[in-house]
Amino acid sequence: MTEFLTAAVGFILAMLALGLVSILRGPGDTDRMMAAQLIGTGGIAALLLLGTVTGVPAAVDVALTLALLATFASIAFVKKGLSSLEADGTGSTEDQ
Amino acid sequence: MSLVRDIITIAAVSAGAFFFLAGTVGLLRFPDTLTRLHALTKADNLGLGLVVLGLLPQATSLRDGLKLISIWLLGLLAGATVSQLIARTARQGEPAK
Amino acid sequence: MSIAAAFEVALAAVVLGLGIWTIAVRETYSATVGFVAYGLLVALIWVRLDAVDVALTEAAIGGGLGGVLLLGAAARLRDAGPTAAEAPGKVVRVTAAILSVLTAAALAGAVLLLPDPAPTLAPKAVANASATGLANPVTNVLMAFRAMDTMLEKVVLLLAIIGVWSLAPDDAWGGHPGPRHQADPLGVLVFLARLLPPIGIVVGIYIFWTGANHPGGAFQGGAILASMWLLAIMAGLTDTPPVGRRWLRFILVAGPGLFLVVGLGGLWFGAAFLAYPPAQAKPLILGIEVAMILTIAATLGLLLAGAPERSVK
Repeated sequence: MTEFLTAAVGFILAMLALGLVSILRGPGDTDRMMAAQLIGTGGIAALLLLGTVTGVPAAVDVALTLALLATFASIAFVKKGLSSLEADGTGSTEDQ
Repeated sequence: MSLVRDIITIAAVSAGAFFFLAGTVGLLRFPDTLTRLHALTKADNLGLGLVVLGLLPQATSLRDGLKLISIWLLGLLAGATVSQLIARTARQGEPAK
Repeated sequence: MSIAAAFEVALAAVVLGLGIWTIAVRETYSATVGFVAYGLLVALIWVRLDAVDVALTEAAIGGGLGGVLLLGAAARLRDAGPTAAEAPGKVVRVTAAILSVLTAAALAGAVLLLPDPAPTLAPKAVANASATGLANPVTNVLMAFRAMDTMLEKVVLLLAIIGVWSLAPDDAWGGHPGPRHQADPLGVLVFLARLLPPIGIVVGIYIFWTGANHPGGAFQGGAILASMWLLAIMAGLTDTPPVGRRWLRFILVAGPGLFLVVGLGGLWFGAAFLAYPPAQAKPLILGIEVAMILTIAATLGLLLAGAPERSVK
């Protein structure tokens, strides 16, 4: 069981790395915005599995923190930071 | 009983890993931003849900199990809303190309 | 090679590759994205090394808040216009590279050449947990054995926010930091900003409260609270408070202030500065941490909001 879960963490990590390569290479800033979302989802899965493998139950708390902060970082990426008001798709251009 | 739990864990985590693979393949192969976003949020979130499902039998108490489920729900909420915001940004950028 | 070792090598390789890409890429926005991703992945490494308190702080500060701070700085640099004349010359860059490599090599040598077993006070810290009644040795070290350092760190945070505020133009002194964000009130961002902060506040307080006996603490909880506050600001649900307000400044000094008062109390009534009477150690520590989490949340939020730009009138 432990070996299987460790292999699963490694596999998810490899998928994360491949996804990162594809996202960070992607032409344009819009593609790179997805990076925080990718790491959020994949990182949570890896952390939960890692917590079970290494017997560190507090890893679940780290996963919880990661979920919140990755969401916050994603939104900050879309808005391109707090100090600018660049067009970010959240203004009145939303179609109803 | 422990055997049944282990089987559920192995099956669910394997399925979760498969969906992570599917999401990454989509990321690599799909042609433009919107389709890649789709692959990322849908497949990866499903993979996360299956991984959480697989870890539930291994949880030591009800509180730990509830924590796992709430992490997954948080991930779903985040994925659903952030993908909408990124997609709008992508669509706004297209007329300029 | 066992599966665990292979996994560790893979994790290290991914983080290293990401770090190199972040340094090498041209655009600042991409570098910031890489930095945030790097921070979130290093949290995984900390969990693997069984340092969960550090992992929490890395995910909160290095991943989320630090990255957004850099994002704001990159945006301001873009707005300021290209300054090709000020770009560092080749000599400066090569010197910086050599110094960085030497520092990294020295650190690696220090870690790899440690005597085995390495000299450490960790067992003593764990053994003396009965002094405060808290089970988390990291919290014990931070709030009891090295409380002086923690108090001074909070004062440093205060100095940082004063430094940021001093960048305000004269007519905006005491005003609102940053621009006024707006979003469609029926849209997705506002929906998220209404739904997530209550959850985030509960999680932040939970992480703070569980820091007494499990990994966690006031700093990580405060960072989560700050990010939820900033989320509400980014969605336009609330405006940044004018920095001249008395209640805001009171919150900013409450943490180090209470720490100082307790420390002086230890000097007057007890054995030394910051000496807790053993019977009241736990309630005193928790009381200080409550004040600290409010101060940290307010300070981190204001640090990211930036210097005042809009005057109160």
